[in-house]
Amino acid sequence: MFVEAGHYALALALGVSVIQTIVPIWGTRTSDHDLMAVAVPAAIVTFLCIGFAYLALTYAYVASDFSVLNVIENSHSLKPLVYKMSGVWANHEGSMLLWVLILALFGAMVAVARKSVPERLRANTLAVQGAVTFAFLIFILTVSNPFIRVMPPVAEGQGLNPILQDPGLAIHPPLLYLGYVGFSISFAFAIAALIDGKIDAAWARIVRPWTLSAWIFLTLGIAMGSYWAYYELGWGGWWFWDPVENASLMPWLSGTALIHSTVVMERRDSLKVWTILLAILTFSLSLLGTFIVRSGILTSVHSFAVDPKRGVFILGILILFIGGSLALFAWRAPMLKKGGIFAPISREGGLVINNLFLAAACATVFIGTLYPLALEALTGDKISVGAPFFNMTFLPIIIPLLAFLPMGQTLAWKRGDIAAAAKRLMFVYAIAIVVTVIMLSLTSGGPVMAPIGVGFGLYLVLGSINEIFTRCWKSGQNIKVFFSKALGLPLSTWGTVLAHAGVGLSVMGVAATIWGTETIASVREGEMVNAGPYQAKLERVVPRKGPDYNEMAAIFTIMDGDKVVGTTETMKRIFVSRQSMPTTEAGILTKGLSQIYVSLGELQENGSIGIRVYYKPLVTLIWIGSLIMALGGFFSLADRRYRVGAPKRSRNALEIGATAGAQT
Amino acid sequence: MTRKQRRLTLIGAAGCVIALALGLVLYAMSGTITFFFSPSEAVAEGVKPGTRFRLGGLVKDGSILREDGGKVSFVIMDANEEIRVDYTGILPDLFREGQGVIAEGALDMGGAFKADSILAKHDENYMPREVADSLKKQGHWQDQYGNDQTK
Repeated sequence: MFVEAGHYALALALGVSVIQTIVPIWGTRTSDHDLMAVAVPAAIVTFLCIGFAYLALTYAYVASDFSVLNVIENSHSLKPLVYKMSGVWANHEGSMLLWVLILALFGAMVAVARKSVPERLRANTLAVQGAVTFAFLIFILTVSNPFIRVMPPVAEGQGLNPILQDPGLAIHPPLLYLGYVGFSISFAFAIAALIDGKIDAAWARIVRPWTLSAWIFLTLGIAMGSYWAYYELGWGGWWFWDPVENASLMPWLSGTALIHSTVVMERRDSLKVWTILLAILTFSLSLLGTFIVRSGILTSVHSFAVDPKRGVFILGILILFIGGSLALFAWRAPMLKKGGIFAPISREGGLVINNLFLAAACATVFIGTLYPLALEALTGDKISVGAPFFNMTFLPIIIPLLAFLPMGQTLAWKRGDIAAAAKRLMFVYAIAIVVTVIMLSLTSGGPVMAPIGVGFGLYLVLGSINEIFTRCWKSGQNIKVFFSKALGLPLSTWGTVLAHAGVGLSVMGVAATIWGTETIASVREGEMVNAGPYQAKLERVVPRKGPDYNEMAAIFTIMDGDKVVGTTETMKRIFVSRQSMPTTEAGILTKGLSQIYVSLGELQENGSIGIRVYYKPLVTLIWIGSLIMALGGFFSLADRRYRVGAPKRSRNALEIGATAGAQT
Repeated sequence: MTRKQRRLTLIGAAGCVIALALGLVLYAMSGTITFFFSPSEAVAEGVKPGTRFRLGGLVKDGSILREDGGKVSFVIMDANEEIRVDYTGILPDLFREGQGVIAEGALDMGGAFKADSILAKHDENYMPREVADSLKKQGHWQDQYGNDQTK
């Protein structure tokens, strides 16, 4: 019954989303306050209905209701509870339901935070959000319905794809979706501004927290996905330039450009038309990503099904929204009031450089990802564009941008002075160069690019932190004064410093991988394999039993000469529900910031086992850097300037929202 | 600086970055792209030794030979041709006889394919799309290969 109620709630949400789309727009056209006000309760009710539907599906999974097709195909009664719950989004239908749930969540949050958003803007924004929600609800209800029953019910489910049964999977999709789908709200705000033909610095201040929260989640989601691929696929790689990864990187790049251009718009009332375009493009890239990942035109762990109807449907939604919004942009943008043009050498000039390079980098990823698909559709030739292409295009664009980053951050608003900025960064350059030279001489004979890259990363970290010193340090001043001044800086300054330092840390982690080693060997119990400065010794191989799988575990001791550093184990698992699909669990030992990574191959005929052993120096910095970038985002979000419009409203506002919802 | 000069600087900077990106893309396109061929296509195209490409087909039954040091050799086949593949390293979990597979590398002078990577697969029923397509084209497709990942 509960499942049917969920199905019904979803249909109800479809109806309410129609109201959410039409009535408020009608209200803004006729300046009718009552009609505009409908947007708020409609958005909240849409969210509650979809939320109920989502809970109903989760219930079916937790209760192992094997009369629901989606549960049969993706669950198993022996599966641990957490994977029953995460299994809801580990398949096509369920993940699309999560997609639309988050879409409605953002709509509801704008509705709840209504005091911070002017009436007309709110009505139009929620209407646009309602239209997107409507399109995806139709998609779910017609070709991707998770609530379909089968008669008669079966006794046992088919189980989850074993590599998806992992803690990383439990959090990666929701984080990524919060980012992907979160950009829908920036998009809705941009379309709303175009509909009304009015845009100003206040718009930027309202939109910025929403864009920033989406960006934070996308950053975390991508980092999580990358770490998951690193330890779960057993290949030791953390980024493969796979189309599915690129699909998430593109909105991240344009979203990063967007959060920077909104700063210019907010401070200088400039770059308005460009910011609107970026907001449209960013969500368009999110939609494109959804199409690439979910339509089945690519085969990967992410494309669960290849029902061609779904691909065509998503393509339809894509064309409708991207084409429609760009057409509206072309028609309306010339009517918007332009902002002033500013001096090229200034903070805002630096931010324009940032936008140019990020957009160009995003374009190269776009071409590299879509060109093979287009070529195959047009000529039938099958090509693959991989890491060499992206290394040759993406890196030469992103490296100059990074090199310029500390400089741009140091320039003053309105009228900057390159010489003065360079003087402020003098110590940073000096330290980075000295450290690089020391590293080069210590590792002479080794790869040259690794120390240069790590030194470059260090320059970014120091260059970011330098801002705190130039702002708060005066020679001869008491250290206590410095600290109190530093703590008194606006949180958004700390946000910038942290986010940029995070970029630097990630760069250091990436560059240090060049120092890494990879050894492939077959070993017997008691034998040793080198892993950089360490040795991995195979102690024993034991069979074990897990809740819904059997595994062969190889237990290694990691040695540093005669000293034991630690132990780690790598497993080959065979799941009860999918016997023919074994998975490998890598064994990872973290030592400081570096990792020793062991991955199990096959058992050979002569009794030895094949293993891959990697030494990954400083590799954790890649993800620590991403976390710090996201933390920087949180700091910016918490800045006093945005507190009024921040997505997290006081309890009071929530209650008002709830009663408003109850009254209708 | 006048308004006009400022605008020109902006347009100039944008033009430079776009030209840089375009140049890089065109340059990279000519050198880094790898084609996908089935064994018959590879023979028909007369791919020269040393040219990188992706070879996809089925792993021939009984063709897998393992040597010491993780060296593996097997045959990738389709309806008409077969090519021997040499690879050193650990094979993906789902590498099996009779299954679809993609190897990336180049032919050596002796006509064998030196692979430096064998593509990982994520699902037991997964047939690389390119392999499925070329098998279908040759009329060699059997439903049991199953391209449907939902099973």
